[in-house]
Amino acid sequence: MSAVTQADQAAPGAVPAGGLIGHRGLADRTFQWLALAAGLLVLIILVLIAVSTTEQASSWFSTEGWGIFGTVWDTANNKFGATPFIFGTAVTGIIALVMAVPVSVLIALLLVEVVPFRLARPIVYVVDLLAVVPSVVWGLWGILVFAPWIQHIYAHIGSAVNGIPVLGSLFGPPTSGASFFTAGIILAFMITPIVTSLSREVIATVPTVDREGAYALGSTRWEMIRGVVWPHSQGGVVGAVLLGLGRAIGETIAAALVIGSSPSITSHLFSTGYNMPAVIANQFGESSGVFKAALMGLGVLLFVFTIIVNVLARWAVNRSARRMRGA
Amino acid sequence: MQRRRIQRVAAVGLAAALATFAAACSSSGGSGSSSSSGSGSSALSGTLNASGSTFQLPFQQAVIQAFKSVQPGMTVNYGGGGSGKGRSDLASGVVQFAGSDSPIPSDEVANFKGKKVLYFPVFLGPITMSYNLSGVSNLKLTPALIADIFQGKITKWNDPAIKSVNPGAKLPSTPITLAVRSDSSGTTANFSLFLMTAAKNWKLGSSSTINWPKTAHAGNGNGGVAQVIKSTPGAIGYVDYADAKASGLTYASVQNSAGQFVAPSPAAASAAGSTVTLKPDLTFAAVWQSSSSAYPITYQSWDLVYQKQSSTNTTKMLKAYIGYLLGDGQKLLTTLGYAPLPSNILSKAKAQLSQIGS
Repeated sequence: MSAVTQADQAAPGAVPAGGLIGHRGLADRTFQWLALAAGLLVLIILVLIAVSTTEQASSWFSTEGWGIFGTVWDTANNKFGATPFIFGTAVTGIIALVMAVPVSVLIALLLVEVVPFRLARPIVYVVDLLAVVPSVVWGLWGILVFAPWIQHIYAHIGSAVNGIPVLGSLFGPPTSGASFFTAGIILAFMITPIVTSLSREVIATVPTVDREGAYALGSTRWEMIRGVVWPHSQGGVVGAVLLGLGRAIGETIAAALVIGSSPSITSHLFSTGYNMPAVIANQFGESSGVFKAALMGLGVLLFVFTIIVNVLARWAVNRSARRMRGA
Repeated sequence: MQRRRIQRVAAVGLAAALATFAAACSSSGGSGSSSSSGSGSSALSGTLNASGSTFQLPFQQAVIQAFKSVQPGMTVNYGGGGSGKGRSDLASGVVQFAGSDSPIPSDEVANFKGKKVLYFPVFLGPITMSYNLSGVSNLKLTPALIADIFQGKITKWNDPAIKSVNPGAKLPSTPITLAVRSDSSGTTANFSLFLMTAAKNWKLGSSSTINWPKTAHAGNGNGGVAQVIKSTPGAIGYVDYADAKASGLTYASVQNSAGQFVAPSPAAASAAGSTVTLKPDLTFAAVWQSSSSAYPITYQSWDLVYQKQSSTNTTKMLKAYIGYLLGDGQKLLTTLGYAPLPSNILSKAKAQLSQIGS
């Protein structure tokens, strides 16, 4: 910025300098105001969305009270309890994380620590390609191709573990192609790119001096990763994981297609379930009255959850970034 | 100097844009250029927007296509989205008419702020009990059986209760898989209304979504349920007739209130329509009718229009389009798998056209 200013002033004055500076002052101020307005606009829209959805949901909050956390969702009998959906959101989110995080972190380590830069590039492209697949495509692939294929596997596992104490209640029958687990797998595919690329960036910030120090002390690559890279990037990776979770719990249409659409609280991961975004997408069209307010209210709860997860993620990333600058 | 000219051009452009915007706002999407006037057969131009019932969607699309040759200057858009969305769009003034499979429920009446809504019945349609059982082609079901199956009380196809109604059929021991709607739906609302009316043992109520047994498999839309039935041996589900036919599904005959087992067909649905109790506002329920040839799970759909219209052009367009829908449009119904309205309802609906805009 300052270099440009100096160059301009040094240029021979074809235009009276005063006019130019006055003009630029106006442009600068205009730019400043426009940028500020753009920033504020986002904030204002967010606040307006929060206020209007909460207002539309108020009849649910007022008629149900703490009953909004009830366990029964039965629109024919005017029972609108959100717990089955919160449960489903948590379960699918956890399944997605359990599957996506180890893979993503390993890919990130592979890219930064193992393969040379020239080979890393194509791998990055391929992983990022996963992120550009629209979620409805994931959902359709999930319900038309993946679910019919995997339901036989579920059925086999289900009959094999049926009756065994813990495994039986987690993976036993009833099994269904569209289920918590299928939704979790699809979500895992969807969050892998974001977790990978954020982890990769965090891991890449580990100072070369530290790595070489570890090698100089005779450590193997694995010891170096465990002793130097991991402590350094822990916080950032946790942040990346939380951002992935934020995406997983908000993902709507893919989940709506493959989760099975049955509001249930069960330990059986292979059975049909429901989560918050999916029920809103599925049931909004024919809703009215308190039913519609309840769906709006689910939206508000979802909004709150995603904000909490995202704020936590940012906090974790910032803290680790600060610590690394300190190092 | 140069800059000043640019500013002036920009100012003129902005003014023009604002003027266009203001004009677009004031015409509220309903009217285009209110050109020639006179009888309904004169050329109209402008746009009608509508949304709602997905049950109506294929029919509306076909009618819109055919209507182009009658009024080339008019554009009609029918977006689906569900009956509930149609009604709330109409209430908030986003659309000029709405498709709905149910009359306005009591908790929504306040949204219309006391303005009178006219119901135009459009057609009838059977909801099939489609199933996937190889070797069983002529299944018979009673309302009580359907209720027990969809409440998860009967879980195997060779259950004695099903056998006693189908003495000749070779029923396998396959477990029954329920195929239901994952989205809220007018089909679900009318199917559960049928069970409420016809089966005393039905406990799950009537609504656009039902708290089905946990083992039910859900599909999105009639097509999604048809897909579940097709891919799952032992499945049974409720699918509207047009989609069931399009997917090549097998469907059961259902016992009606006269004790007859009737297979779903447009004719059997029209028979159900002939005996309905028509209320003064032209609402009715076509399920569980008394005629011996009536298919018992028959439902209906309406187009909802405000009686008062702010623009005369919109009034003319609504009269022209809905008039066509109830006139020549009815001829398109049977090929699409819907049932035309009986003549007494149709003539009352046509007579009501004159009330639009009055």
